[in-house]
Amino acid sequence: MSEEAKTPTVDEYLDPLATPCMQPGAMADIHTFPAAPEHQEKLGFPGELPENWEQVAVAKMGELLGKYRGFRVFLDSCVKCGACTDKCHYFMGTADPKNMPVARQDLLRSVYRRYYTFGGKYFPKLVGARDMTKDVLDEWYTYFHQCSQCRRCSVYCPYGIDTAEISMAAREIMDSVGVGQKYCNEILGKVYDIGNNLGLPPKALKMTLEDFEEDLEDETGLEIKMPLDVKGAEILLVTPSADFFAEPHIDGLFGYAKVFHAVGASWTLSSVASEAGNFGMFIGSYETMRNVSMRIRDAALELGVKRIIFGECGHAWRVAYSFLNTLAGPFDFLDPRYPFPQHICEYTWDLIQKGELKFDKSKNDEYRLTFHDSCNVARGASMGSKPGDQFEIPRNILKATCNHYFDMDEDTIKEVTVCCGGGGGILTDDLMDVRVKGASPRMTALGNLRKEKGVTHMAAICAICKSQFTKIMPKYDFEMDSILSVHQMVSNAIILEGAINEDDDDDDDIPGAPDVEAAE
Amino acid sequence: MLTTVYAILFYVATLTLVGGIAYRIWEYASVPNPLKIPTGPAPRTKAGAAFRVFREVAFFESLFKSNKWIWLFGVMFHAGLLLVLLRHMRYFTQPVWFWVDLIQPFGIYAGLVMVAGLAGLFVRRLAVPRIRYISNPSDYLMLALLILIGLSGLMMKFFAHTDIIAVKQFFLGLMYFDWHPLPSDLPLLLHLALVATLMIIFPFSKLLHALGVFFSPTRNQVDDSRKVRHISAWAAKLEK
Ligand code: HEM
Ligand code: HEM
Ligand code: SF4
Ligand code: SF4
Ligand code: SF4
Repeated sequence: MSEEAKTPTVDEYLDPLATPCMQPGAMADIHTFPAAPEHQEKLGFPGELPENWEQVAVAKMGELLGKYRGFRVFLDSCVKCGACTDKCHYFMGTADPKNMPVARQDLLRSVYRRYYTFGGKYFPKLVGARDMTKDVLDEWYTYFHQCSQCRRCSVYCPYGIDTAEISMAAREIMDSVGVGQKYCNEILGKVYDIGNNLGLPPKALKMTLEDFEEDLEDETGLEIKMPLDVKGAEILLVTPSADFFAEPHIDGLFGYAKVFHAVGASWTLSSVASEAGNFGMFIGSYETMRNVSMRIRDAALELGVKRIIFGECGHAWRVAYSFLNTLAGPFDFLDPRYPFPQHICEYTWDLIQKGELKFDKSKNDEYRLTFHDSCNVARGASMGSKPGDQFEIPRNILKATCNHYFDMDEDTIKEVTVCCGGGGGILTDDLMDVRVKGASPRMTALGNLRKEKGVTHMAAICAICKSQFTKIMPKYDFEMDSILSVHQMVSNAIILEGAINEDDDDDDDIPGAPDVEAAE
Repeated sequence: MLTTVYAILFYVATLTLVGGIAYRIWEYASVPNPLKIPTGPAPRTKAGAAFRVFREVAFFESLFKSNKWIWLFGVMFHAGLLLVLLRHMRYFTQPVWFWVDLIQPFGIYAGLVMVAGLAGLFVRRLAVPRIRYISNPSDYLMLALLILIGLSGLMMKFFAHTDIIAVKQFFLGLMYFDWHPLPSDLPLLLHLALVATLMIIFPFSKLLHALGVFFSPTRNQVDDSRKVRHISAWAAKLEK
């Protein structure tokens, strides 16, 4: 079916985690577009490489060593046991040995050793220490932008060494000498100026939401609201801006709105906090991450809400769940009876358990479904009341709304889920090669399931995952719309009181038809 | 003369080891964790997090998930090492603690197991291209050092016995500043010189992993960020 030569059309079970033979230098020529000076400067970074950049970079490393215990301990502790070498999806997909987690760390560790350890100062060859040179910097730029900060390697390391932390530090050091990435830094500039990653101004947002309300009315005959900037609302929904314009994200947003409608919740979006995502994490900058987070605090205070709920977004949820209280807290003005912040899946699942939502599962019968655990939710955050609920809650929602659910290979899901290949600042067209190859473990696992169980679709709760899969699935012989939002399934199956029956093609005469009249 | 050299060597080595480790502990403890970064799914209680670290130290839990061969060789080496070191306590205690006496018979096998584990790790390092790729000379040397310590020890045990009583008197003498002569057979001198080297490089090398595992935030942090506000001193300053 597909023209792509490397595409596995799965007739037999393929090992999604197969270890490739190393091909040194396979990805060495990939350079993501650099940030223009203006984008650098907006974030407070130098516009270009300063004269004495080597010293600046080494000094920045020293500063970070004193600020982040993890960074320091990770750099000292690696014993080169090799346990992590076959665990990164980018290594599995590209075969470039510098994409092995420990080798990626070593790009930076070698410099650390040279300037900050006894062995590296006096016996550089012996311990593999290197000077901070332009070549080294270029290599950092290449390979620290082939890490999605997914933390899969950290699960497997006997000391929990987290390459994501090293990548973040490397990117922060590079930013400090004017070598930033266009994709991340330009987007952060938009958040500073306009409030979201897409640069969608409040007026345009308002109009988009009105369009959506019309769509929902056409579909259901009900006035389902998408409120914006409503003071005194109980719930502030902070969701990735992709939910306002991209597929399948929008269908997820419709799902949230229907859930709120079903229980008569008082909720609002905010034009100030019109973005859940926080790319400050990708570039490793605490200050940037904090600045971006403050918008949410400001919006919550301004609108006087009692609860904050986050829409489906992986890294946004990590920043929200694990960092927001730290970055922008304390949030003592919110209602303490609810978890802060709360995930939309927690909210929906809670209502399902209380019996407040009703579903017609058969509405989703065309889908044979699986679930992609987004790594930032799986390994960077949690949900619910006990560890592991971040895996069960979205699955429970899918099982409540859909009749055919199957899981992929167990060593590619949950705690050890393989990344979509597009996270951590990689979701840009100039890194398409990295993205396609990095997705191969996930795509292989999905392919196996298609073969074994006839699975047609995969749901996710991350805006980046969804965008990434939409783009790369066709390269692996899947339809681009094989990726779904979890709340899209909710949206399809939810039974709303008074809604028109949309199954008009075949059965017009079922009970409930009078509702059509009532609604019109 | 020899006795003096070794006496000085062991004072220096002990000071470096103890001082170095103390310094590292202070250093790690003094660097803050600005953010909560436990690798999820993470325990929600302090006891849970402590138990997680315990499992890493006692069973190499994460390593078991990732690679059974490295785990097997690693456990052979470390468990062997632990028993060997405990068995060695008899050189430094008078009277010998009763449990040190108890483990004496196992100690011998432990030495063999330890060396076998080290050999396995060494072979893997050479034979698996991915691991060879990430290895520096120091990584091979570290294994070679430990293997030589083990072999020289085993040699004394099985072939060229040394005067253990005299060795013990020498070390007790070091501890109580009442020096006794050290026997001068080669395996012993080699064994001790290498051990002193190991002690000296410990705080400056990857052997710091033994501390790192306790300080690693991805393993020892509690997942309670929604309940408790966690803020470090330098981050708090940004709020001014
Ligand atoms: C808290 C105590 C310790 C823990 C939890 C620990 C744990 C580990 C683990 C999980 C590995 C990786 C697997 C392997 O290659 O064996 C390792 C490697 C290693 N450990 Fe330890 N260790 C401890 C103490 C020590 C001590 C005291 C020494 C030295 C005398 C040591 C020497 C080594 C060496 C040399 C390696 C690298 C082996 C190789 O090259 O493959 N460890 N350790
Ligand atoms: C100051 C410290 C040490 C002293 C005085 C010492 C002394 C000795 C002596 C006298 C023996 C011979 C035992 C016998 O004949 O029964 C021995 C054996 C041995 N030593 Fe050491 N040693 C020291 C440190 C170490 C260290 C740090 C290691 C491991 C890294 C080690 C590993 C071994 C092994 C594997 C054996 C053979 C098995 C056994 O007898 O337990 N030694 N050592
Ligand atoms: S698993 Fe951890 S200790 Fe082992 S090589 Fe990888 S980063 Fe280093
Ligand atoms: S964090 Fe993820 S992408 Fe980065 S090295 Fe580890 S496994 Fe690879
Ligand atoms: S985009 Fe999705 S799968 Fe990829 S790193 Fe983010 S959460 Fe993980």
